[in-house]
This record gives sequence, structure tokens and C-alpha cells, in this order.
Amino acid sequence: MPQEVTKLIHKYLRRDKKFPHVWCPGCGNGVVLGSLIRAIDRLGLTKDEVVLASGIGCSGRMPVYVDFNTLHTTHGRVLTFATGIKLAKPSMTVITVMGDGDATAIGGNHFIHAARRNLNLTAIIINNQIYGMTGGQFSPTTPYGSKAATAPYGHIEHAFSIAELAVTAGAAFVGRGTVFHVQLLDRLIEAAVMKRGFSVVEVVSNCHIQFGRRNEMGNPVTMMEWMRDHAVTVGRAGEMSPEELDGKFTIGILIDEEKPVYTEEYDRIRERAGGSDPAGDL
Amino acid sequence: MTRKKKRATATEKTGARASNQDKSSGNGPGVGKKRFRQIVFKDWCKKCGICRAFCPKNVIGQDESGGPVFERPEDCIGCRFCELHCPDFAITVQEIHTDPAGDLP
Repeated sequence: MPQEVTKLIHKYLRRDKKFPHVWCPGCGNGVVLGSLIRAIDRLGLTKDEVVLASGIGCSGRMPVYVDFNTLHTTHGRVLTFATGIKLAKPSMTVITVMGDGDATAIGGNHFIHAARRNLNLTAIIINNQIYGMTGGQFSPTTPYGSKAATAPYGHIEHAFSIAELAVTAGAAFVGRGTVFHVQLLDRLIEAAVMKRGFSVVEVVSNCHIQFGRRNEMGNPVTMMEWMRDHAVTVGRAGEMSPEELDGKFTIGILIDEEKPVYTEEYDRIRERAGGSDPAGDL
Repeated sequence: MTRKKKRATATEKTGARASNQDKSSGNGPGVGKKRFRQIVFKDWCKKCGICRAFCPKNVIGQDESGGPVFERPEDCIGCRFCELHCPDFAITVQEIHTDPAGDLP
């Protein structure tokens, strides 16, 4: 652990103009941003080697605050922009930040196909189980029975798991963490950025303003306590019975496998087709 | 910005002074115990209360505006929970490095 964590974080921020940030008091997005910065610092990447791109939503503000190459794109389409960046500049480390609605509702199609295609990208998906910025409408990950602005009597749809969707869609690396288990989150993001292939980190986060207040968890502390009490590590989950696991969620690395990466395959195709300079940037 | 810079230099100075004091003031019951200095950037703090709620040693209290105050800094064990979980990057915990010779009886 570096001696002065905050000093390290301040090194990567556009701190002269944009702080304090726009997120609500206690919002998990700030914790994720800190984790991401520590992971990048530990990997020894310079600010110029990293691209941080985002879609729309609270998480979309994240690139505004860091001094990397940054891009704030349209709703749900960040993976398409990131695909373009990666194909044009394969040497760049491309990281995308999305929310649960951004990644799996508006951008759901892009998400599954980016995972299937296995581009060497990292997708950090902050799952706060609601559309926070637009006023608390339910999202694809809002749990059954919980309340939202558009489900005042309880949600009648069932949520799906982002991480398991990513595993099924073919991502090379999938991890799930929470903003409570910060040290695990640091390691997951570090592993995801390092991984060659499409890597997904689902971060269970807190929106105590839009989700918590409607579901008897009206402050960041109760939401973090909920994460502490309901998260089970992958190792421990293997030893538990289905009854014990009811209502819990697993954290840790869900899948980590080697697969051919799209950019390398594409270079090979170009070589076979007789194109010039297969390895270089366009 | 200027306020923050001033604060940073001030802590550097107090850091230097702290190590001098250790030599002169002798050793109490906490010999060999690591000590920590906590800094709150009040300009960035949004008073969410995460640091106060989860501090394992209940070191953090509240000032009149609701912001965090390290009431018993000597009890801080340096776990950095507050620093790592602060969404606003408003807390720094630094270890106070004492002169090893100063710890000798």
C-alpha cells in the first residue's frame, strides 16, 4: 500500500478545475474512480497511454475528472467508440465506464457483442440498480419487489446479473466487486486492465438517493453495510448451500480464460489478404 | 488551490517537528506503536459520514457542520478504511515516521 494514497490520486486528477466532483455525498462512483486510479498507478501506465471513455449517466462524468485521454460519448454507445479507438490505436489501453442502465439496457446489444468479439478492452460497469441521474426509474438490474420512481408499488420484473451475462456472452475476464470491498476492487480492476481480451468488472455500488431512499437504505452507510452483509467471495460461495446463498451475491473473479484477441486476429487477416503494415497503428 | 498548497507545506513542517519531539519527550506506554497523522481536505468533503460510521476504532467524530474530526488521532491504527472509502478523496492518513534512535531507552 502506498504511503499517501490520496496524494497519488490527486496526481491523476484534473483537480484545478473540476473539484469537488458533481456526485452526491457518499456516492460509490468516487470510490470506483479512486480504485481505478490506484490500479493504473500500480500497473505503471502513463496518463498518455490510457483512454477512459464513458457513456451517459452519473458514471459518465468520470472521464471529466481524470487527466487521461478521455471521451464522453452518447448513451449506451461507449463500447462502439472504444472499439473504434482500439482498432485505430491498438497500443492504447482503453477503459470504458458504464452504468447498469447504460451498459445493459440502452447499450445491451453493444455490450454482448463486444464481449463476443473479444476486443482488448476493459469495461467497468457500476451497478447501482437504478437510473440515478434521470430520477430513479427502474433499470434491468433493479431487484424484484424493490421500489423505484416508475415502480412505486414494487418492481414486477426480474433483474439479471451483469457479470453472468458477460460470462455467457464470451468475455475473457469477468469480475465482480463492491465499493465496500475496495481492496478487492483494486485488484479486480488491475487484473482486468492487464488482461488481454474483453474484461468486465461489475461494481455493486450505492445510489442511496434514488434507490436507497425508496428501499429503506437512505444513506451510504446502510447501503455499504448491506454490501458487507450480502457479498460472498467466490471461494466461500463454493462451500455454501443454495439456501445459504439465497439473496447473496458473489464477489471475486468469475471467469478468467485465454481467448484469441480481435485485434491480433484482424492483423492476421490483413497479412493474409496482403495488406501493408499489419502491426502498426493506422 | 492556494489553501491546499499551504496546508501541504504546513504538514511537512509539523512532520519534521513531530520526529524531533519524539526524541526529547521520551517514551510513554506506546513505545514502538505506529502513529498516524490524518488530514481532512474540508473543501472537498461532502459530509457523507462513511468514514465516521466504519472507523474500527471510532476515532472520528463530527464537527458542528457535520464534517469529520479526528478526535483521538493517537488511537488510529492506520487501516486507511476512511481514506480508501472516501468518495471525495478528502482524507489522507500518513504514518508519522519517528527516528529509530529516539525509541531506544
